[in-house]
Amino acid sequence: MSNFFAMGGYATYVWSAWGLTAVVMGLNLLLPLRQCRKLRKELE
Amino acid sequence: MSLIKEYWHKLSSAKHFYPIAGALLPWLLIPALIMLAWASWQGLVVAPADYQQGDSYRIIFVHVPAAWLSMMAYMIMAVNGVIYLVWKIKLADIVAASAAPIGASFTFLALATGSLWGKPMWGAWWVWDARLTSELVLLFLYLGTIALRGAIDDRQRAGRAAGLLGLIGAINIPIIHFSVEWWETLHQPATVSKFGAPSMHPSMLVPLLVMAIAFTLFFFAVLMIKIRAGILEQERHSRWLAALYSDSGTSSISPAATGNSIEQDESK
Amino acid sequence: MMLCALRKQFAREMLGAFRQPGDALAPVVFYLIVGTLFPLALGADPQLLVKIGPGAIWIAALLAVLLSLHKLFRADLDNGYLDQLLLLPCPLFLLIGARLLAHWLQTGLPILLVTPLLAESFGLDYNLLPVLLASLAIGTPVLLVLGAINEALTLASRGGALLALLVLPLYVPTLVFGSGAVYAVQFGESPAAHLSLLGALAVVSLLFSPWAVATALRISID
Repeated sequence: MSNFFAMGGYATYVWSAWGLTAVVMGLNLLLPLRQCRKLRKELE
Repeated sequence: MSLIKEYWHKLSSAKHFYPIAGALLPWLLIPALIMLAWASWQGLVVAPADYQQGDSYRIIFVHVPAAWLSMMAYMIMAVNGVIYLVWKIKLADIVAASAAPIGASFTFLALATGSLWGKPMWGAWWVWDARLTSELVLLFLYLGTIALRGAIDDRQRAGRAAGLLGLIGAINIPIIHFSVEWWETLHQPATVSKFGAPSMHPSMLVPLLVMAIAFTLFFFAVLMIKIRAGILEQERHSRWLAALYSDSGTSSISPAATGNSIEQDESK
Repeated sequence: MMLCALRKQFAREMLGAFRQPGDALAPVVFYLIVGTLFPLALGADPQLLVKIGPGAIWIAALLAVLLSLHKLFRADLDNGYLDQLLLLPCPLFLLIGARLLAHWLQTGLPILLVTPLLAESFGLDYNLLPVLLASLAIGTPVLLVLGAINEALTLASRGGALLALLVLPLYVPTLVFGSGAVYAVQFGESPAAHLSLLGALAVVSLLFSPWAVATALRISID
């Protein structure tokens, strides 16, 4: 298990890359959703 | 033939596309998330470490799909920009405007993950390798288009200007790519600093392809949401939208509901 | 009759340059200044200067063309002349072609004339001069027309540095092939490939840019 997190010594790089990917994709998903919600609220 | 025309007309109208985008969304997002999860597990856990690069090569599973998506998003942006420029279909402008920031974020991701991959491999945070340099120029193209759209106040004018710029950018991308590869061979005497992709064993290739498909589905899912937001913004004063959202709770004999069925397709 | 209007238009453009020589000289002076900045920043080691010379000169030329772009349309936009141009019976893309040609004669040509001075200041070998001049002669029109398209696109916009951001990605191939040609000769190889690629870029961009500029102008002004 700790091997998995260590990523053969490259932990910082691999996890930063995947983490950044998660953040970017998350923001891509959440920001438009929030925009939609806000605009819909204005209509009501 | 006229059926196709009618269908096409409907599809290119914001009013009709809005619910279609909403209906497509779960069919795009849920498979995307499932495939992302599976491919991530395969890429991070199951696939064996690379002979030369150890575990650092695993970044490839996010770097390569991000790069592919950055290109695809630009094409979608450019095509829709041209459609708006030539045929003035407002929905196309919304699609182009929606695709741009998503594409730019994937380009940034490709560059950042490329850097993170490059540092353990080549010892430097940035290498002037052909692919990374091309990707950097692509980011500038994106930022330029987004900036131009933002800097012009008139919405129609902004859309058309961004459309022309997107077209010029799209034509130039292969030229730029070719020139950067040319440039790389020019100035690298003996040592070739190519972004070494490990020789792809099926246990690595399959997750990569699945990841690419997952990224694509995810992109389209997010694009649908953004298009809906764009339609909401553009059509917020129109009757069909008001009817759709202020209908909640009111009876069907309200003026808003009847107004909806007899009104012309004014949202094109 | 169409050609008559064109000739008059062209004459008008060229005359404008002579009435305001300061304006016309600005790109050249800027070119020389940027060229001077390189040794100032990097040190005057002759070996280094010979190495960076072709690239530095190309960059200086690129920036000089970039800086001259604002003269293309802004003033005429402000005084309403551009609107009149759009209404002329003469096809817009021909008028634009005339303006671009006049602009190059006032910007690119002086740059070419002054290049030997700059080449000397970098200590470049004389045998580099022909290819340097050839690459600039083919390349500066490309830079000009690509820049003109983007200048026309940004006429309706607010941002200042926007033009540079838009145009620099498009300048990459020209810069690579142009400076590459000179470096090829410096390494003792033939610049033929670079120059032909540059030439191809020139042919395509010169053919299509008047139309693109016209479209961009209509988008910005109509």
